[in-house]
Amino acid sequence: MLTIDDLISLGLTLLKVLLIVLPLLLAVAYLTLAERRVIGIIQDRIGPNRVGPRGLLQPIADMVKLFFKEIIIPTNANRYLFIMAPILAIAPALAAWAVVPFADGWVLANLNVGVLYILAMTSLGVYGIIIAGWGSNSKYAFLGALRASAQIVSYEIAMGCALVGVIMAAGSLNLTDIVNAQKGGIWHWYWLPLFPLFVVHWISAVAETNRSPFDLAEGESEIVAGFHVEYAGMGFGGFFLAEYANMILMSLLASIFYLGGWLSPFAGIPILEQAFAWVPQIVWLFAKTSLFLLLYIWFRATFPRYRYDQLMRLGWKIFIPVTLIWIVVLGFMIKFHVSPWFSIS
Amino acid sequence: MLDKIKKFFRTFFLTELLSGLKTTGRHFFTKNVTIQFPDEETPKSNRFRGLHALRRYPNGEERCIACKLCEAVCPALAITIESEQRDDGSRRTTRYDIDLFKCIYCGFCEEACPVDAIVETRISNYHFEKRGEQIMHKQDLLAVGDRYEQQLASDREEDSKFR
Repeated sequence: MLTIDDLISLGLTLLKVLLIVLPLLLAVAYLTLAERRVIGIIQDRIGPNRVGPRGLLQPIADMVKLFFKEIIIPTNANRYLFIMAPILAIAPALAAWAVVPFADGWVLANLNVGVLYILAMTSLGVYGIIIAGWGSNSKYAFLGALRASAQIVSYEIAMGCALVGVIMAAGSLNLTDIVNAQKGGIWHWYWLPLFPLFVVHWISAVAETNRSPFDLAEGESEIVAGFHVEYAGMGFGGFFLAEYANMILMSLLASIFYLGGWLSPFAGIPILEQAFAWVPQIVWLFAKTSLFLLLYIWFRATFPRYRYDQLMRLGWKIFIPVTLIWIVVLGFMIKFHVSPWFSIS
Repeated sequence: MLDKIKKFFRTFFLTELLSGLKTTGRHFFTKNVTIQFPDEETPKSNRFRGLHALRRYPNGEERCIACKLCEAVCPALAITIESEQRDDGSRRTTRYDIDLFKCIYCGFCEEACPVDAIVETRISNYHFEKRGEQIMHKQDLLAVGDRYEQQLASDREEDSKFR
C-alpha cells in the first residue's frame, strides 16, 4: 500500500527529475544557438541574429517549427519501430542524468555503480539508432545506422578502458566519490596523471556522440543524413535532442572524471582561494562543462570528416593500446604513491 | 627511420590538429565580414551599372533625340525605339522600351549615347511582380531619371575627368 510518506517522496523525486530535465532541454535548445553563433564567428560570419534580441529566440522558433511539422511515416516502414526509435534514443540520453552529481550531494540517485550505469545508458542509445535505421526501410538510413552503431560500439571500448584508469585512480565507481578523490587545486585533478586517458576519453566522447569530425553517420555526400533521413518533425526532433543531450552529458562527465567536477580550481592557492570562495560549486561544474561544449563546436568548425577505415583504425589500433599501456603505468603510479594524486592519506 | 619517429611523435602529440584549432581559434577573434543586406549595403562605384534611366535637361526637355545608336549597339537587342517628328519640328521617341530580361547590363547604350540620355543608375535591387513588368517603357525610364537625377549628375561629374 502507498502511504502518504511514499507519495511525498515520489512527488519530491518527480520534482527533482523535472529540475534536471527542464533546464537540460533549455540547455539543449540554446546549445544549438551557441553552436550556430560560434561556428559563424569562427567563419567570420555573424550567425542567426534575426529572431528576438541578438537571435536569442531562434531556438524557440526552431522548436515551434519542429512541433508543427507533419510527421511522415514512409509507406513501407515498420510503423511501430519507426515511432519507437526516437523515443529509444531520447530515453537513455535523459536517464543517464540520474546519477550525475551537480554539486556535493546534489544528485538524484547516488548510485555506487554510477560509472557502470552511465556506460550502460549511453550504450542503450545505440538501440534507438539501429531501430531507426531498420524501421525506416531505407538504404541510406540502414547504412547510416550500421555506421553509427559500429562506431559507437567501438569507441565505447576505448572510452571504457579510459574510464578504468579513472576508477583505478579514485578507487570507486561512485561519481561523487570520484570527484571527492580529486580534492585540492587544479593540479590535484586527474587530467594530469591521466592525461593520455583524458585525451582518449574526450576524443572517444566526440566519436560516441557522432559529432564532427566523427560524424560519418550523417555523411551528407554519401548517405544524406544517416539513420534519421526518413524522419521529419518531432521524430527528427527526438534524435536531435538526444544527440545534444548526450553532448552535454559527455562534457559534464569529462569535467567530473578529469577536471574535478564541482571543485574550485583555486583550492590551496592562498589569496585566490578566498577570492573565489563565494562561487557556488555548480557554477564551476557548468563552467568546465561549457569549456568542453565549446571544444565540441570548435572541433566541428575545424576538422574535416574522417574516412570510415581511419575512424576504425584510430579507435581499435591507437586508442585501445594507448589506454591499456597507460593503465599499467597508472598501476605503478598508484603502487608507488606518486604525489600529490596517490599519496597515502 | 628518423622520419618514422618524427611522424610518430607528430601523430601522438596531435600537432597538426592543434595547429588547425589555432587557425580557427584565431578567426574567432577576427572581425566578421558579414554585411547585413537590407540594413547595410556594400559601397558602390559611381560607374555601377544597374537599372536604366532616361535623363532630362535642367529645363525639363528630355535629352533623347531618337538617334537609335543605343538600339544599334545593344548586344542583347533589349532596346526598341520608335520615333516621330514632334510639332516643333524636333525628332523625339514615341516608344523607348528596354526588356530587362534581355539586358545584360553591359553599359554600351550609355557609352553610345551622344547626349547622355540613357544611363544606368546605381539601383541594383528591384523586382517584378507580373509578367510584362520587366519591359521598362519610356515613362518608367523617365520617372527613374527624374527621381535620381541628382545622383546621376554627380556620378557622371565624378567620372568626367577619366573620359
